[in-house]
Amino acid sequence: MSVLVFIDIADGQIKKASFEAACYGAQTAALLATKAEAIVLGTCEADLSVLGQYGISKVHTVSDAKLNHFDSQVFTKIIADAAAGADVIVFSNNTTGKAIAPRLSARLKAGLVTGAVALPEVSAGFVVKKSVFSGKAFANIGINSAKKIIALNPNAFNITKTDGIAEVAALNSEIPAAAVTVLSVNKVTGEIPLSEADIVVSGGRGLKGPENWGLVTDLAKLLGAATACSRPVADIHWRPHHEHVGQTGLAIAPNLYIAIGISGAIQHLAGVNRSKTIVVINKDPEAPFFKAADYGIVGDAFEVVPKIIDAVKKLKGMS
Amino acid sequence: MKILICISKTPDTTAKIAFTDNNTKFAADGVQWIINPYDEWYSLVRAIELKEADPSVVLHLVNVGGADSEPIIRKALALGGDEAIRVNADQSDSYFTAAQIAQIAKEGSYDLIFTGKETIDYNGSSIGGMIAEILDIPFVSHAVKFDLASSQTTIVREIDGGEETVQVNLPLVVSCQKGMAEQRIPNMKGIMGARTKPLKVVEPIATEALTSVVAFDLPPAKAGVKLVSADNPEELVRLLSEEAKAI
Repeated sequence: MSVLVFIDIADGQIKKASFEAACYGAQTAALLATKAEAIVLGTCEADLSVLGQYGISKVHTVSDAKLNHFDSQVFTKIIADAAAGADVIVFSNNTTGKAIAPRLSARLKAGLVTGAVALPEVSAGFVVKKSVFSGKAFANIGINSAKKIIALNPNAFNITKTDGIAEVAALNSEIPAAAVTVLSVNKVTGEIPLSEADIVVSGGRGLKGPENWGLVTDLAKLLGAATACSRPVADIHWRPHHEHVGQTGLAIAPNLYIAIGISGAIQHLAGVNRSKTIVVINKDPEAPFFKAADYGIVGDAFEVVPKIIDAVKKLKGMS
Repeated sequence: MKILICISKTPDTTAKIAFTDNNTKFAADGVQWIINPYDEWYSLVRAIELKEADPSVVLHLVNVGGADSEPIIRKALALGGDEAIRVNADQSDSYFTAAQIAQIAKEGSYDLIFTGKETIDYNGSSIGGMIAEILDIPFVSHAVKFDLASSQTTIVREIDGGEETVQVNLPLVVSCQKGMAEQRIPNMKGIMGARTKPLKVVEPIATEALTSVVAFDLPPAKAGVKLVSADNPEELVRLLSEEAKAI
């Protein structure tokens, strides 16, 4: 009888999205008057007892390098065994969570809600609010099974820290043979993953060509932001596909989204409208994006953005 | 080589999102229905390319839906599916839907099952993984590239902050996303041919629904944009720092 949180690690460190999942799991446990535990698969250099600060009482580890690359089948079997006593299992709804949570749901016949944006409502039944229609609406989904699985959207839940040290214990687990062999990994190093970024600076066709992307990357670098783009920009190969945000690209929910030269088609808005603050810079005052924005500048990006960059430098005491 | 391609019906990407019946149902009036873009542009088109490279490949489509799914199934057949199976049931719970498709997959002994990475309405990203678990076969999600040599597949999958190239033997389930293939438009020959391609309707197997929709909500409307003069972008930076506390 507890909540189990799957903690996803990358390069030996706990992902930000996993801290969010830990807090979410701990607060769900509090609602159910039980405790939250966590499971970590693969070798991890980070001190896992810090998960105590996020409300986790105990961390189960299977510290084996064979688990440093994930195979959804192998991970599911291990987590299913570890979850024997858990009522609720929490994942981050990131690429790893999306590969494992559905398998675990089918294996345990545990109802699954992916893309959760709020704590479960437990006063009558067990209802989880999730993002649907690519951020254009929410659905409140009741989970009817005894065991429940929730995959929490990244950047949807605030991290709160308290004092606490989690007990870390190795889990005696048999590791099944993996069917998926990883041949190579190509990680963009030094860049902030788009799905986890607090600030995102994004460019559209208004920037006229890939040679002008310095405006976007310079501002992003200065703000510690990730870079993104609209669908046409990815389609004409000005920017890589993985930067495409929108209905058929990545849906993101950063604290601040700055759109430069993007008109704001409904499909683009669908991927970004959960952002807390939206800034739109566009020379067309009729651009639909202004209706969805919090702040806007009607003006030429090539003149406005360099001035913004200077003002941010001044703010940060860099000039 | 038999490939099963999962096809879902979703509202067009420009459809107005509204709800009826006390916010428990999607307001479908006047909505244009399409094949879920991930199912069509990436998964189905990549499967068609595999058949073009090797004509012995057989492409079967599966849809869980009512008779109103048939126009989108015919369109998928026009693009290049060989035949289609419709499981005559409404899609409400992902596990229910996955169990229906897994049953079709068991009966048809497919080598490969393709799904889109998610539907653009429910955004569940769940069906592929659930089918794989029910069949106890591997699942590779978020594939951006897929190649096949005899019974071995080489797949590039997206991971947080990058990509990974993996190798897996058939049979397996793959969820597809942007990068796998380019969008196509059916030609007249395809459209004419699709009319006579087999579309089998089967009844669902008994499966428990693990979840149910209680109600939908719409996000609160934005307060309205605060415009800053283009001559004074410093004011925007001040507002972002002091008012929005975003930088």
